[in-house]
Amino acid sequence: MSADVELDHVTIRFGDFTAVDDANLRIEEGEFFSFLGPSGCGKTTILRAISGFLDPTEGEVRIGGRNMFGIGPNKRPTALIFQNLALFPLMSVADNIAFGLEVRGVSKYERRKRADELLSLTALTGQGDKLVSALSGGQRQRVAIARALAVEPEVLLLDEPLSALDLKLRQHMRTELRAIQRRVGITFIYITHDQGEALTMSDRIAVMSQGVIQQISTGADIYDNPATPFVASFVGENNPFFGSITNVDDDYAVIDTRFGALRGRNDGGLRPGNEAVLFIRPESLTLADDAGDRENTIESIVLNEAFEGAVRHIYFRGENGKNITLSVTHDGTARSFAEGDTARIAFPPARAVVLPRGPLADE
Amino acid sequence: MNDYIGIFLAVLLALLVAPHAQRRADVTWDAVSRIKFVQRNGVALSTYLILAVLIWVVFMIILPQLYMVNFSFRHNLPLADVGGPKDTLTLDNYRYLLFGRENDEELLNWLHLKIFFKTIGVSVLVTIADFAICYPIAYYMAQVARGGGARLLVLCLIIPFWVNEILRAFAFRILFGTSGVINAVLIGLGITDQGIDFLRADVGLYAGLTYAYILLMIFPLYNAIESLDHNQIEAARDLGSSWLRIHRRVVMPHAKPGIASGCTMVFMLVAGALAAPQILGGPSSLWFTQVIYQWFFTGLNWPQGSAYAFVLLATSIVFVMSVMRVFKVRFGEIAK
Repeated sequence: MSADVELDHVTIRFGDFTAVDDANLRIEEGEFFSFLGPSGCGKTTILRAISGFLDPTEGEVRIGGRNMFGIGPNKRPTALIFQNLALFPLMSVADNIAFGLEVRGVSKYERRKRADELLSLTALTGQGDKLVSALSGGQRQRVAIARALAVEPEVLLLDEPLSALDLKLRQHMRTELRAIQRRVGITFIYITHDQGEALTMSDRIAVMSQGVIQQISTGADIYDNPATPFVASFVGENNPFFGSITNVDDDYAVIDTRFGALRGRNDGGLRPGNEAVLFIRPESLTLADDAGDRENTIESIVLNEAFEGAVRHIYFRGENGKNITLSVTHDGTARSFAEGDTARIAFPPARAVVLPRGPLADE
Repeated sequence: MNDYIGIFLAVLLALLVAPHAQRRADVTWDAVSRIKFVQRNGVALSTYLILAVLIWVVFMIILPQLYMVNFSFRHNLPLADVGGPKDTLTLDNYRYLLFGRENDEELLNWLHLKIFFKTIGVSVLVTIADFAICYPIAYYMAQVARGGGARLLVLCLIIPFWVNEILRAFAFRILFGTSGVINAVLIGLGITDQGIDFLRADVGLYAGLTYAYILLMIFPLYNAIESLDHNQIEAARDLGSSWLRIHRRVVMPHAKPGIASGCTMVFMLVAGALAAPQILGGPSSLWFTQVIYQWFFTGLNWPQGSAYAFVLLATSIVFVMSVMRVFKVRFGEIAK
């Protein structure tokens, strides 16, 4: 069983502070949906409103079409996986997993059977009688997932459950989580500040900042067509160029920056004279070796290089002490630079987006 | 003349022994300075800690108690006979608690035994009552209340205990007396037309004992519950658990050492209480400590008093240990 989740103009206030401001979205049945944003952006508050630990100040949370107002977390068809997992340290692994069944009055024999099934689903066969403290970080993670799945929730809520793991294990668990979600087929709602997690696992992502949902779309769409300067700068690396619009034609706009006139896609319908910012991804920048006067060419001074294995980042002097980052695949074709070299970089207008001026994500 | 030879020999011996003793001291000193405890705390602090604990335990606890144990196996003799031929070891004092006077009609000393079992039984009930009262308060303070509210609650709990025990006990007399506050209210409401004698029924005593040790229950419980990760409570709730089950399966197992420590302390102190029973006890009922008190100060029979006191102590310890065993609490845990 799986259910859709609707947030119908949900606003949540704590005193004067608005934690979530008019969130309005629908998560489909069986979807892997992520809320992505920096800490304090309100994503955990949304999760608590869906799981039932708090009710919205305004608006409705609906699960499977049913208004959840006033229904406690123990009565909702949701299960929550906590950031610190919150496994019960005094119970065995099997008892942890079967706790939700114990609550529902399932017989001891049935509980053990179900726990064993879930242990094999999460690749923990034979670990049922151990104490949680005897397991490794990744195994505990899987116990938490099994414990939540045991109650057969229609919606599984995950509050940054991978943040305590080391990088390798985290990447492994991403694939595993996604695989488990496909197997059980229920709705997963995932909270994270880690864009890598959101991009790799989710069907769709809602990017949040300061209580406001900035954009809801697929990972690729958010990456290629960010809706706001916050999204453009928070998801992935991006190079901003500030200025005002001088010219608009068809789908493109020309923005006058300190590096000259630059052209990019104008999806937001900006008019000449508007304050705007153009974003171009480091991997969309290329080194322009020929001295010809091409469109979208910038000349700047190389500050340094960073070699990262598959890619090499070259940092140029940008505006207001900020860097311009250019990333090249390390295939031996791009030349090396020394500090202080001058170079020309260019980008195709179709890869650049021009957005109305707005706050960026802090680095 | 003998004296001089003695002094001479002593000096000679000292000279012979001194170099050896010096060497031994060096070796000992070496061994001492290698002990972790000494390294960590330094010589001065280590010496102080060891001496202080030693003096406390040996001179203030073990020796006087041993003295009293010895007392309990002696006859109650006039001072002149102490150490004389009549001063022999005996079990008479213990026998008396069980069987009373030898030529008594009744087989057992029911008068004292009843008081003894009542004391133990009521102490258990008072401990349970304290736990029932304190657990919700401690849980609220530890997991629900935030900042200022929790601090205010702690103050409200502590400040009444600045009033001394005797005064508090007398206050309970005023509350529970025949013409006391509670009776005045009951009469005023028309529930009863003449005052109920709560003190004769020992209600005042039980209430007073329950109140007297509330803090000793609350704080161990609070400390134990406070260290529980709130997410565990929320996780249990999220998995569909009722509040009752959350407490039974998550909070109480976690707080078990605190529960054990609070219950042990309250039980021991209630069983050994004297002031509250003296002031609040009904005229016809005695607390076992009052019997002990009477042996010492009215009967002037210290051996008999010691024997009674030891039976109470031993029973309390055995009782506490068996209860801990039943609830699978290890002894070390209550010191957490």
